[in-house]
Amino acid sequence: MQKRIRKRYRAERRFRAIGMGAVIVSAAFLFFLLATMIGNGAAGFMRTEVALPIDFKSAPLEVDRAQLGTRGADLALAGAGLENRVKTAATAAFGEKGDELIAENAWTAVRDAIKEDPNLLSQSAHIWVPASSELDAAADGGGEPELRARVQQLRDRGALQSGFNAGFLSRADSTDPTAVGIWGALKGSILTMLVTLLIAFPIGVLSAVYLEEYAPKNRWTDLIEVSINNLAAVPSIIFGLLGLAVFLGTLGLPRSAPLVGGLTLALMIMPVIVIAGRNAIKAVPPGGVFDPATVLPVQIFLWSDEVSRGFIEKTSAAIIVLLAFLLAMNALAIYLRNKFETRW
Amino acid sequence: MNPYALLFLVAGLGVIAWLTGRARAARFGAASKHRLHSLPGQHGLYVAMWTVIPALIFVVAWSIFTPSLATDAVLKAPQASALPMFGYERDAILNEVRARAAGGDYGFYPLAEQLAPVYLQASRFYGWLGTGLAILLAFACGAFAYTRVKADFRARTRVERTVMLALLVASLIAILTTLGIFLSLLFESLRFFAMVPITDFLFGTLWSPQVIDPADPGATLGAVPLFWGTFFIGAVIAMLVAIPFGLMSAIYLTQYARPAVRQWMKPLLEILAGVPTVVYGYFAALTVGPAIRDLAVSLGFTYASSESALSAGLVMGVMIIPFVSSMADDSIAAVPRAMRDGSLAMGATTSETIRRVLLPAALPGVVAGVLLAVSRAIGETMIVVMAASGAANITANPFESATTVTKQIVDLLTGEAEFDSPKTLAAFALGLTLFMITFLLNIVALRVVKKYREAYE
Repeated sequence: MQKRIRKRYRAERRFRAIGMGAVIVSAAFLFFLLATMIGNGAAGFMRTEVALPIDFKSAPLEVDRAQLGTRGADLALAGAGLENRVKTAATAAFGEKGDELIAENAWTAVRDAIKEDPNLLSQSAHIWVPASSELDAAADGGGEPELRARVQQLRDRGALQSGFNAGFLSRADSTDPTAVGIWGALKGSILTMLVTLLIAFPIGVLSAVYLEEYAPKNRWTDLIEVSINNLAAVPSIIFGLLGLAVFLGTLGLPRSAPLVGGLTLALMIMPVIVIAGRNAIKAVPPGGVFDPATVLPVQIFLWSDEVSRGFIEKTSAAIIVLLAFLLAMNALAIYLRNKFETRW
Repeated sequence: MNPYALLFLVAGLGVIAWLTGRARAARFGAASKHRLHSLPGQHGLYVAMWTVIPALIFVVAWSIFTPSLATDAVLKAPQASALPMFGYERDAILNEVRARAAGGDYGFYPLAEQLAPVYLQASRFYGWLGTGLAILLAFACGAFAYTRVKADFRARTRVERTVMLALLVASLIAILTTLGIFLSLLFESLRFFAMVPITDFLFGTLWSPQVIDPADPGATLGAVPLFWGTFFIGAVIAMLVAIPFGLMSAIYLTQYARPAVRQWMKPLLEILAGVPTVVYGYFAALTVGPAIRDLAVSLGFTYASSESALSAGLVMGVMIIPFVSSMADDSIAAVPRAMRDGSLAMGATTSETIRRVLLPAALPGVVAGVLLAVSRAIGETMIVVMAASGAANITANPFESATTVTKQIVDLLTGEAEFDSPKTLAAFALGLTLFMITFLLNIVALRVVKKYREAYE
């Protein structure tokens, strides 16, 4: 009898341990996911710049000074072969593979510097240009050992600086990982969310009120309830197909406009609002809901397909922004729920 | 006039109408021997509704028709005789005219530059005409409602009826959306099945939309590998992760954990459900996929893919853990307390009570939750798009690549093919199949949940 009871208690402890293990493993996965993203992405917020010595005094650039103040300045400088000049300068300064140390778009930094101060064209100067994504990775402690040695060498000379990549939050998409930013995508997210809320929220609340307060119990009400419950569980891609067929195909609205995305998402979110009756979020300025825009998750998805190493940390950085955005929303929702929740 | 400004104007008129209607009703109330049937505010609302609603409907309808009216004006302009009669170029020029009129200053067609001012002028004209008509309509309807305000006028009934109608319409949108999804998918699918026999699509075992033979498109559009891959990733691998972890977490958190632990752990696990799927997809493709490939190679599977079914299914399962857990939580909580107390009083341990009493009693609810979880897993898109491969295999080896219906829909639609090709239309046929399956799963699961709740109430 004693043996049997011991056995039963052992089973009890085992069962309890399995339960605790399940919770711990799930939570551990969440932490692992967040840690991986933050570990990958933290470097994406930083950027590395190289001081590039460039000499326009001994070899002047053939460009019409009068054009520098006008809108044609970009074209004039590009036409004068500035891009090649910057590459040559890099090779001259940093050795044979020197042009691989600076970013592909480094010459645009030189171009903007010249536009700001045309006198540069008659001087030899050091201009800070963005480093290539390989050098960027090496400066963060990754990359090839050869490049890491290079980073140390440049640092000793004071020709390397790292700083917060403010452009990452304010620029739009690009094919060069050193020049990308998420502002375009973030703006698209906000606009789409705004349209979604403006449509889904009133309709959701109205139908929740109707179903709770007015609706008679009959077959029609049952049908409405069943279709709301079902819609909440229909896969998102089906709503995408609906949006494609109806909003783009039949109604001919412009493709990838926040309006279309917002309308489609509104149809998808509405049942959730009806069911939960819960709410959140306001504000954000209006405007431009017909312009093409990219939404943050789409941006992440597009970048994730890029092969270049530099995109990995940028994608993770974008994910961090997205997660911060969502956590803020969740925190707001929980705060509002706690604040307005009354237990009867 | 700018549509937003017009909306504000109409809203302003509505406020004025509300004030005047209320004031008039109050005057009648003071002058008349009888009591007012409705409160002055309700009379005000009645007048305001008459002022705002017809005008708003008119503004929306007008703004839909204005572009085509302005285009007509452009086509009547003498310069328009140079337009090509039909075809792609005509549309391109007209599009550019609209873009230029909206403020764009670039383009390819000199003709568009000539026509843009005509378009701008016409759309301005129609804009002002619409504004005038809208204001006229608001005043006319408002005045009509104003004259009806009398002491015994039943304004409250009318207002309530209108509000009720608005509420009814709002709740009908759910039915309309369901119908819209079904009809639009069906319509496009029928066009697909006119080109490809339905039996080829449903029972064919070769899926290779990159090479479609125009003479026999059905030969490479057999969807069985996709159905298998979807089932394998979503209903087998993901559930092997989600059911044990979800169920055990729910049991631990409801039956064993101290309230303080439960209060912290439950929201923490719910964050897993709130993480955007694109993040899971990226994680699966970048971290989990290569790790699983290395594992498989070290186990001796030399042909392992980094886009294996296992990596997508595993991550998808983790995403669904909180979903299964909260469904199980609900159904365990619904079991009458007397059953649990009775079992404990007989001397059973907690785990015996859970296994022999609570779980059997909660089984219908748990099963329904699992069905909903399966429906969610097979409809999950972003994770498989990023982590699963595009190669359609029928395989039971989790280290090999498999593809799903959702992944193929995305691949088919992001291609370059035109809208009418069997390749694009196949996406809608796949969508219809997916919709039908998830619809059935949802309906069955929701019915089980409802029945089960009623049984214990």
